[in-house]
Amino acid sequence: MDKVQLLIGVAVALFAIGLTGVVIRRNVLVMLMCMELMLNGVNLSLVTFAHVTGTAVGAVLVFLVFVVATAEIAIAIPIVLLLVRSKRTLDLDAYADLKG
Amino acid sequence: MTKLLLPIVLLPLIGFLINGLVGNFIGKRLVSVVACGLPIAAFLFAIKATADLMATGAPLTQTVFTWAQFADRPFEIALYFDRLTAVMVLIVTGVGSLIHVYSTGYMHEDKSYARYFSYLNLFLFFMLMLVLGRSLLVLFVGWEGVGLASYLLIGFWFEDPVKAAAGKKAFITNRVGDAGFLLGMFLLYRTLGTLQMDQINAAFLAGPVAVSASLVGVLLFIGATGKSAQIPLHVWLPDAMAGPTPVSALIHAATMVTAGVYLVARLHGIFLHAPEASALVATIGVATAFFAATIALVQTDIKKVLAYSTISQLGFMFLAAGVGAYGVAVFHLYTHAFFKACLFLGAGSVIHAMSGEQDIRKMGGLAKKIPITFVTFAIATAAIAGLPPLAGFFSKDEILWFAFASGHGGAPWLFAVAAATALMTAFYMFRLLWLTFFGTPRMDHETAHHIHESPWSMTGVLIVLAVLSTVGGLFSIPHFLEPMLPLPEVRPELHHLETPLLVLSVAIGLAGLALAAWFYSRDGARAEAARTHVEPLHRLLSGKYYIDELYEGFIGRPIQWVSDRVFLRLGDRLVIDGTLDGMAAFARRTAGGLSRVQTGNLHFYALLVLAGLVVVLLWSWGHV
Repeated sequence: MDKVQLLIGVAVALFAIGLTGVVIRRNVLVMLMCMELMLNGVNLSLVTFAHVTGTAVGAVLVFLVFVVATAEIAIAIPIVLLLVRSKRTLDLDAYADLKG
Repeated sequence: MTKLLLPIVLLPLIGFLINGLVGNFIGKRLVSVVACGLPIAAFLFAIKATADLMATGAPLTQTVFTWAQFADRPFEIALYFDRLTAVMVLIVTGVGSLIHVYSTGYMHEDKSYARYFSYLNLFLFFMLMLVLGRSLLVLFVGWEGVGLASYLLIGFWFEDPVKAAAGKKAFITNRVGDAGFLLGMFLLYRTLGTLQMDQINAAFLAGPVAVSASLVGVLLFIGATGKSAQIPLHVWLPDAMAGPTPVSALIHAATMVTAGVYLVARLHGIFLHAPEASALVATIGVATAFFAATIALVQTDIKKVLAYSTISQLGFMFLAAGVGAYGVAVFHLYTHAFFKACLFLGAGSVIHAMSGEQDIRKMGGLAKKIPITFVTFAIATAAIAGLPPLAGFFSKDEILWFAFASGHGGAPWLFAVAAATALMTAFYMFRLLWLTFFGTPRMDHETAHHIHESPWSMTGVLIVLAVLSTVGGLFSIPHFLEPMLPLPEVRPELHHLETPLLVLSVAIGLAGLALAAWFYSRDGARAEAARTHVEPLHRLLSGKYYIDELYEGFIGRPIQWVSDRVFLRLGDRLVIDGTLDGMAAFARRTAGGLSRVQTGNLHFYALLVLAGLVVVLLWSWGHV
């Protein structure tokens, strides 16, 4: 198995673990971490393909993803904090009454 | 090219702007000065322009600007001043100024004093545009503008729904006529490529043009019937009496309603080559004159009698225009402006004295109490009845003569109907005079106590107009207009009848006077007896031939039915509202079904995302 296949396999595995975590875990913080895992899986695939094709576009895109992910966390963590403050729990099911 | 014409038009507009914008802040005295001063200034300009016209002989023109240019066909806002315009402008500014002065007395107590005068000045602006316009386009702007001013002034006391409705009726009835007018204009422009009236006349007089003169003539005449209240569009004018009385005098007697006559005289080139249209004009004219006069016989409201009399006199003017005697039509327009303005303003003075009462059955014996009003009213009555040597005699006699003898459609039956109408005119006018000023007073004590002569601003104007009604006929308008509006050929075999007809015409006026005196002398006992003999006829005439009810039944109701059933219930509610409501209901039902998916459970959403991803991946597996 050569290196590229291995790296893509790792990327897919990271993405799949992240997605599974988002779907099955009930703790909001864990779900956020799982989302980061998914992003990192994508980042890994991006740099891998950038390396294979010899272009810089993929690598540049990774930085964009970093920035977006940082911004997302910067908003998501305060939201979670507020939720926890009002509901006194991290359990996602307790937030179901937020639907419109 | 002259620079005199634009100020004539613009001065009243300035008055409108001043009084309309700041009239409420500058005090009644200044409002009066502005409102009367500017029309008087316009009158002076008009006199100067007339002097220039007489000196050079050629029409004055002034191009203000080119409004639009299509290829080599410009639409110019241009003013044109020839002999016909001179007569019209002098009447409009002269009588208009007098009525402005009268209004300062009549409207003195009204709380909307400035608004009244701004409308009145606006009316003068549009009326001057109408008579000064060189192109039909400018004329049409003025034509619509006077309609607007008329609407505003009929509904001047708009708190009263009846008066507001009268304004609407006038406006809508005029729209019907305007449709014909517009079609006529389109046809002229398509054929001749110009709307300049001097060029249109020249084109028609020069030789055959590629459009039927009669068709154009009839279409334009439809417009004239609307503005000048001829059958079948006469219904608005009696209702228009809801406005203040000086407005009735200025707009609905002396100037605006004569615009139709002016239009026919101005475009005589078309009508000279349109025997069918001319015959229609004469027939409608004489029919309207007769029919309105019969209604006027039994009216009991002082202003309504004068309104029907106006319709009847306008019919006389159209009769003259229809038999080719355009100069005579304008002559009657001119004398009518004096005596009818005098009558209306006299009626206003009577109403003023009677504390607002308009019913002549509740008047009587006013001659001694308001002598100036009585004398001027009597002079104007004699003038309209056609007693020599007053103004109305000359113009009416010429109309009767040309209706009989004109080589351009004159006929004995036209003369007979017109003569019968003249007899009725004399009768109902003297009846009005008798019921108002003679006999025993029939008003209640309270009103009788308050009767007083009007202030000088009103009686002074009445005296001026009475003098003009007396001597106005000595200035022969047909002769003055002869260079541009030649009189029709008189059939030679009828020449010897001119003097007998003149005598007959005087006899008719005197007969009307005698009849009215006989019927109404003993406090109307004989008239009352006569009325019981012809009760059904009297009811028909009092009901104005039930024309309003007829229109209501055959036009108003069906339109309302169609509007309600077809347009409102079927079209608006069922089709349009139904479609939109149906779409909204569909969206709501679909959303109701789909909203069950929104549980609020984030895991469920994530699962759906996952399922979606899987489906997309599987699909792309099979298709890439």
